[in-house]
Amino acid sequence: MTTATQDPAPPATPDAPAGRRRRGGGLASYLVVRALLIIPTVFILVTTVFFLMRTTGDPITAALGGRLPADQLAERIREAGYDRPLLTQYLDYLGGLLRGDFGTTLSDRRPVTDVLVTYGAATLELAFYSMLVALLVGIPLGMVAARLRDRYPDALLRFFAIFCYATPVFFAGLLLKLVFSVWLGWLPVAGRVSTRGELQLTRGDTHTGIYLIDAISTGNGDLVVEVLRYAVLPSLALGLLTAGVFLRLVRTNMIGTLGSGYVEAARSRGVGESRLVRKHAYRPALVPIITVIGLQIALVLSGAVLTETTFEWRGLGFQLGQYLQARDFVAVQGIVALLAVIVALTNFVVDVVAALIDPRVRYS
Amino acid sequence: MSRRRTWRSLPVVHQLRQSVGLQRGMLVTGLVLTGLLVLTALLAPLLAPYGYSQLRDADGTFGAQQAPSAEHLLGTTVGGYDVLSRVLFGTRTALFVIVVAIVLSIVAGVLLGLVSGYLGGWLDRVLVVIADAVYAFPSLLLAIVAAIVISGGQSSLVGGVLAAAISITVVFIPQYFRVVRAETVRIKSEAFVESARVVGTGTWRIMTRHVLRNATRSLPLIITLNASEAILTLAGLGFLGFGIQPTAAAEWGYDLNRSIADVTSGIWWTSIFPGAAIVLTVLGLTLVGESLNDLADPRLRSRRRAADTPPPADVAVTPGGGLAAGTEGSTP
Repeated sequence: MTTATQDPAPPATPDAPAGRRRRGGGLASYLVVRALLIIPTVFILVTTVFFLMRTTGDPITAALGGRLPADQLAERIREAGYDRPLLTQYLDYLGGLLRGDFGTTLSDRRPVTDVLVTYGAATLELAFYSMLVALLVGIPLGMVAARLRDRYPDALLRFFAIFCYATPVFFAGLLLKLVFSVWLGWLPVAGRVSTRGELQLTRGDTHTGIYLIDAISTGNGDLVVEVLRYAVLPSLALGLLTAGVFLRLVRTNMIGTLGSGYVEAARSRGVGESRLVRKHAYRPALVPIITVIGLQIALVLSGAVLTETTFEWRGLGFQLGQYLQARDFVAVQGIVALLAVIVALTNFVVDVVAALIDPRVRYS
Repeated sequence: MSRRRTWRSLPVVHQLRQSVGLQRGMLVTGLVLTGLLVLTALLAPLLAPYGYSQLRDADGTFGAQQAPSAEHLLGTTVGGYDVLSRVLFGTRTALFVIVVAIVLSIVAGVLLGLVSGYLGGWLDRVLVVIADAVYAFPSLLLAIVAAIVISGGQSSLVGGVLAAAISITVVFIPQYFRVVRAETVRIKSEAFVESARVVGTGTWRIMTRHVLRNATRSLPLIITLNASEAILTLAGLGFLGFGIQPTAAAEWGYDLNRSIADVTSGIWWTSIFPGAAIVLTVLGLTLVGESLNDLADPRLRSRRRAADTPPPADVAVTPGGGLAAGTEGSTP
C-alpha cells in the first residue's frame, strides 16, 4: 500500500512575507480549481466505463445472447436503442446522467437510480461502522507501536498490520462467521436483520434505510441491539482491513514527529515519554490521517463489495455481485458510475479539509 | 573479489545485508514465504495427490464435501474436487497472474510515463488527468470492468487466467505511469540529458539510454507491493464469480466463493485452506515489499546501535540481528 508510506510532511514552500495578504485568495482559488477538477475526473471515468463496456457489444446480447432467438434479440436491441450509432448512445447516456438517470436494469427492469437509493444506505451504514472500527483500532495501536519502536510489541503490531492487509476481507469474513456464528453461536450468520425485525423497521413510511437510525426511531431497544449484533462481524471484517493501513500510517508519522526538534526540546525539559506522545507528538501525526481516510474510501468501497457478498448484507456491493452474475451490465455500469461520483466527491472534501488544516497543501 | 561485490549489490541481497534485527527477520520471513510459493508452483504436479480438476480416481468419484481423511488430506470441495490439490495448483495460477500482470503493466506504464514526462505538452496533461482519475477509482471495480471487456461477457472466451491477469494490469498501469513520469520530469533537466541533447542525440535514444535507467530505480518497491495486490485482486475477482472456471485452473478466490454456504453449515476445510494460501502468499510478498520500503527510507531504517538506551531485555527479541556485518550497508 503506497499510501501508508507517504511523507509525513511535504517539503515546506518558502513563502515571502508579502505573500500574507494573498494567502486568503490562495485558498479560495485553490478550492475553486479543486472543485472544477471533479468534473473531468467523473467525466473521464464515466466515459471510459461506457466505451469499455461497449467494445464488446451491446448489453442485451451479453445478458440474453444464446437464450433468445435471433429475431427477438434484434427486436429487444432495437427497442432499447442499442442499434443506434455509438456516439448517439453515448450523448444520450451523458444527458441521462445529467438529469440523474442512470438507465434501467435489464434483469429486473428497475431504474438504476432506484437501486442506488434503496441499497446505498446499507453500504453507507457498513462503511461508517467499518471506518469507526478502523480508526478505533488503528490509531491507538499505531501510537503504541511508535512509542515502543523496535521492541517486541511494535514487532507484533506491525505484523498484525501486515496480516490485516494480507487477509482478503471475504476470507476474514468467512473466518469470523465460522468462529463466532457457527461454532460459538454468539452472533447471526448473515444479513442485516432478522425477517421479523425487517418487517418492524420498514413498517413506517419514514424509514431511512440506515437500520440503526430506523431501529432507534422505533423506540424498541431489543431491535437496536439486534441490528447492532448483525453489524458486528461485517464491520469487523471490513474495518480490520483498513485498521492495518491506519496503524502503519500513524506509526510512521509518530516516529517522524517523535524525532523532530520540538519534541526533542520537550524531552530535554524533562517531559515524560508517555506525555510526549499524548500532548506533543500525536496531533501533527494525525493530520495525514485525514487525507488517507479519503484515499481509503476507494479501498473501503472495493472491500464493501466483497464483504456484502460474504455476509449477504444487501447493499450496493451485494447487488453489484448479483447483477454481475446475471450479466446485467446496464446495472453494473450504473453502480460503477455512481461509485465514481462518490469517490470523486470524497476526495474533494478531503482535499478541502487538508487545505484548511495545512496551508502548505494549497501551494503544492 | 569483484564477483563478490557484484553479488552484494544485487537488489535484494544488498538490502538483506543492510538490514538488522527485526527488519531482517521480516525480510527473511518474506523471502522464505515467497520462495515457498515459487517452489510449490514449480513442483505442484509432483506435490499434489490429484489433478486440480480431477473428480474421480480408480475407486470411483471423490464425493462432495468429504471431511479430511487419508485419501483426501484436506477433504473435498462442494464440487467434489480435492482441496489439497487445488490449493497446491492454485500457486501456479497465482504466480502466473503476478508475472503477467506486472510485466504487462511495467511495459505499458513505463513507456507511457517516459513519453509523457519527457515530451510534455497536451499529451502529458491528458495522460496525467486520466491516470489520476483511474488511480483514485476502487481497483476491484476497475478490474471487474476490465474483466467484462476482456471476456466480452462470456467467461470462457479468452483463456481465463490470461484475462484475469490483463484485468489486473489495467489497475496497475497508472501507478507505474505516475512514478516513472515524475522521475522523468526531474531527470530531463539534469546536466547529462542536456549534454546528450547538445551532442545531437535523438529523442528516442535519450529516453531509452539516459532517462529510462535513472527513472526506474524505485520500481522494485512498487513491484513487490503490486505483486501482493495482484493476488488480492485476483482472489476478489474469483470470489465475485469473475475469475477462472474450475476446470481451466485452480483459483483460490473461486474456491472461497463456493465455500460460503459450507461455512454456514460448519464445513471448515473448504474455506480455511485456500484462504490460508492467499494470506501466506500475500504476507510473504508484502513482508518483502515493506522491508525493502523501510530500508530505502533512512528515517525508518533500524539503526545498528539501537536508539536511546534500550532495556537489556531487548537483546533477546531481535533474532538474527546485530553482530553480522560492519558497515557494508552504507558503501555504494
